[in-house]
Amino acid sequence: MKYEVIVVGGGHAGIEASHIAAKMGHKTLLITGNINNIGDMPCNPSIGGTAKGIIVREVDALGGLMGKIADISHFQIKMLNNSKGPAVRSLRCQADKVTYKENMQTYLAKQENLEIKEKMVEDLWVENNKVKGIILEDNTKIEAQAVILTTGTYLKANILIGSENKEGGPHGEKRSNHLSDNLKKYGFTIQRLKTGTPVRIEASSIDFSKMHEEVGDNIPWTFSFDNPPTYDINHQQKCYLIYTNPKTHKIILDNLEKSAMYGGYVTGVGPRYCPSIEDKLVRFKDKERHQLFLEPESIHYDDWYLQGFSTSMPRDIQEQMVKSLEGLEHAKITKYAYAIEYDAIDPLQIKPTLETKVIENLYTAGQINGTSGYEEAAGQGLIAGINACLKLEQKEPFILKRSDAYIGVLIDDLVTKGTKEPYRMLTSRAEFRLLLRHDNADLRLRPLAKKVGSITKEQYENYEKRVNQITECTNFLEETKLKITEEIKQIFNEKNIPCPMTTESFLNLLKRPEITISFLEELKEIPYPYDIKEEVEIQTKYKGYIEKTYKEVEKMKKLEEKEIPKDIDYQKIKNLASEARQKLEQVRPVSIGQASRISGVNPSDIAILNVYLKKEYNHE
Amino acid sequence: MDKTIACISTNNIGTSAINIVRVSGPEAIEIVSKIFSNPKFKTAPTHTIHYGFIKEEEKIIDEVLVMLMRAPKTYTLEDMVEINCHGGYQTTNKILELLLKNGAELAEPGEFTKWAFLNGRISMMEAESVADLIEAKTESQSKVALNGLTGKTTELIESLREKMSTLLANIEVNIDYPEYTDEYIVTKENITPVLTEIKNTLTEIIEESKNGLLIKNGIQIAIVGKPNVGKSSLLNALLEEEKAIVTDIEGTTRDIVEGSIIHKGIVLNFFDTAGIREAENIVEQIGVEKSKKMIEEKDMTILVVNNNEKLSEEEKKLLKEMESKEAIIFQNKIDLETKIEKINTTHPIIYGSTKTKEGIEKLKDKVIEIFGLKDMANKDLTYLSNARQISLAKLAKESIEHTIEENKKEIPIDMLAIDIQSAWENLGKMIGKYYEEELIDAIFSKFCLGK
Repeated sequence: MKYEVIVVGGGHAGIEASHIAAKMGHKTLLITGNINNIGDMPCNPSIGGTAKGIIVREVDALGGLMGKIADISHFQIKMLNNSKGPAVRSLRCQADKVTYKENMQTYLAKQENLEIKEKMVEDLWVENNKVKGIILEDNTKIEAQAVILTTGTYLKANILIGSENKEGGPHGEKRSNHLSDNLKKYGFTIQRLKTGTPVRIEASSIDFSKMHEEVGDNIPWTFSFDNPPTYDINHQQKCYLIYTNPKTHKIILDNLEKSAMYGGYVTGVGPRYCPSIEDKLVRFKDKERHQLFLEPESIHYDDWYLQGFSTSMPRDIQEQMVKSLEGLEHAKITKYAYAIEYDAIDPLQIKPTLETKVIENLYTAGQINGTSGYEEAAGQGLIAGINACLKLEQKEPFILKRSDAYIGVLIDDLVTKGTKEPYRMLTSRAEFRLLLRHDNADLRLRPLAKKVGSITKEQYENYEKRVNQITECTNFLEETKLKITEEIKQIFNEKNIPCPMTTESFLNLLKRPEITISFLEELKEIPYPYDIKEEVEIQTKYKGYIEKTYKEVEKMKKLEEKEIPKDIDYQKIKNLASEARQKLEQVRPVSIGQASRISGVNPSDIAILNVYLKKEYNHE
Repeated sequence: MDKTIACISTNNIGTSAINIVRVSGPEAIEIVSKIFSNPKFKTAPTHTIHYGFIKEEEKIIDEVLVMLMRAPKTYTLEDMVEINCHGGYQTTNKILELLLKNGAELAEPGEFTKWAFLNGRISMMEAESVADLIEAKTESQSKVALNGLTGKTTELIESLREKMSTLLANIEVNIDYPEYTDEYIVTKENITPVLTEIKNTLTEIIEESKNGLLIKNGIQIAIVGKPNVGKSSLLNALLEEEKAIVTDIEGTTRDIVEGSIIHKGIVLNFFDTAGIREAENIVEQIGVEKSKKMIEEKDMTILVVNNNEKLSEEEKKLLKEMESKEAIIFQNKIDLETKIEKINTTHPIIYGSTKTKEGIEKLKDKVIEIFGLKDMANKDLTYLSNARQISLAKLAKESIEHTIEENKKEIPIDMLAIDIQSAWENLGKMIGKYYEEELIDAIFSKFCLGK
């Protein structure tokens, strides 16, 4: 048995990695412990969200699967932050956990060049620091030119509920017992991370009448740039908002030491932005209540997911906690909340291509790299897959810049700063987020995707079509003039918008902050699709801000282009602070730009590094 | 650093009673011990003072006190030795020479501070302040410099940044967790008071920093007037009164500073065109042009007029030129008969005589008063004192003002955050929290003799 690429793990990272490798024409094997769990969503029943929704769009723009499958598998979708501005708008859908998995598995089964196998991988086949393939539980070897590890939370996973600590992955699945030890043996630094998931509650036991409804948008959104919307916007499922109360708080605080976290049973580091409910109470003592969301997991079974209520309390306390909530007095818990600890590698040991520095041709993506979230995993899986292929093809690697994509920010952060807690993408992590919008993901990335060969001809044509439509629509708005009549004045007055004095083009009017494209459309029809109009509006209205951001990118580019030679010996640079030297040695940044983002490397160290480069390499 | 550097770090080697010769670097202690008579010195604990003689072979050069400071608790974070020797060119230079002979390298101007910065010992703002301190001539000047050094300005800027980061963090939380409506929501409405407060503080800092600049550079004063009204005698009177520091420092323009005095802790630099014009016998017209230029360029003007003569056309022109500028009219020769008409001006008029010295003191007081620098020597100074800091503060202020303006329109909060962030970054650059490589070069080229 011999493959070009083997992907270990069938989660969101593994799916994208194996799919793209196969799509790019390489013989690929996806190997996983349970093929029925391929595309499973073990935690929240949603895809997208702030920043994450943009990652899904980027995955789609680069030829990935997540957005495409989410579009045909959800029962509610909405645009978050619509009022806070275009840079931070982001889609989120409530994906059906059953449908998503089914659709994903069906799609992968049809994918050419892709084979899927159910086996536990326990070791790598390594020769001269180069990966040759994988070794299974039963010591069978499978040969490959590149291996991508996307093992999620399965490495030496432990499930914790109160004082109970059991070996096992999510849903009590079999964990990988030896792979992380073997990775350690090869020279990887292993860290222990922790995450958690809340209770699931049976629908028939919930009194929804006391809860606040959360509904989807009435605009037919899609994640994918290639699929038209297929769902009925009038038949979306509702989610619900509820609050904790003093009774809930008392139960939790009284039983704090019984939780796995506070009882001292957990050794892993959990994420700050995804705290358990006991964490929230301890850290924010003054808050009278905390928001919780009830979300259906699927239309095929009855479990509802209680977002915001993850806990590591014992079962009896969980019962009391849940029943203290309004509308859940008679709740029947179908799955108890748990914390999960797992092994991950130190992402400082991977390159921006996601190839490891320790073993050649070995790539890692997703939670094994210390991230959290389906979307973060998918983004990395895709990049690891593309780079594995490019290396096989002996082509230039594919590295997204911080100004190209959230995925670029994500990977740069990981390989430059490392992470001590599961890393989640936030819009605030992206300094150029005005450029990294939901609406322009295809404009940013499809040309790059075409170059590396990760999209089909048809996908590229869809991009070209949109580019043309944007130009046409802009021209249309420029040519359409608004004559100021009494009637027009009246309309402006009614809306309390200052009326222009003379005839103006629609395009010029759109530049005014108070005039939206939907207002203009009340005056005259603009015969272009919604997404095209949105794009033109953003590009026109925020031109000044966008240009300002491009200037910042230019400034950074100079530093990014200042490459640091691969063979540099940091020990020879005598004046570096010892912490900086150690960090530089560890990260081995590719450019001065990357070096300057390493924590512990100060401006003075960068100055010294510059002087050294100038002296030793005649670097300008 | 791999070399050991040495230099004389006191300014007036010739005149001061004690001079300090400084050595820094890995070999500092070794090199000094080669020329210092005290045998305990080499192995002594850090931060100790040692008595002994500097010797060249067996010959005693000077009786000295030597301070030993071991890394890392030193200015440069490296081993440092300071030799306190007796004044005089010859002795001090001899000691330096001996150090160089034994392996030290002569420090470039500002090199000690450069290494202190590069080793992470001091922030950029502190480094700039050290440069200012080296140059400081008056008490007020050294206060501005010293306050930078103790981080007082840094503190002020940091507290401002703190406010901005709180605001930014809140905006980010709202963006990243849009459904958590229980959190404090930053809206277009509630953002304004915070922004206004930040803007006001920045305005204050910038306003006051003008004083900082005046204190640091001194006030540039043009003395203008037609020939024979007594400009030169006024200048002499001004310079004679105090012990003038007559210098040949080039001004910001091609003009030569005729003389400087320190009055109430502030440096007053006087500029005069008289000499040039009279010597070259250039027509009056050129004189007026030249004077106009001076009025435009300098911080203020003193127009000297003759009490004993009617105002000429040229003088009236000059008065007009000065209308919108800071100026004082000095009506000279009041010991003679008053033939001059009443001068129509908003500027203060000081009546006096360069002959009797009447009005001279008043004139100097008036200059200080105009700039609001009275009692400045005693004030707590927290000003920004160099052009880079001021321009960064101005950029930050512009960004905040832009945000306030844009916030009045239908601009969403994520756009507003861009400007707030840029203001925050610029303030960060001011205290060296942001990095730009050109900056480092620019700063370190500024260091002059001394440290």
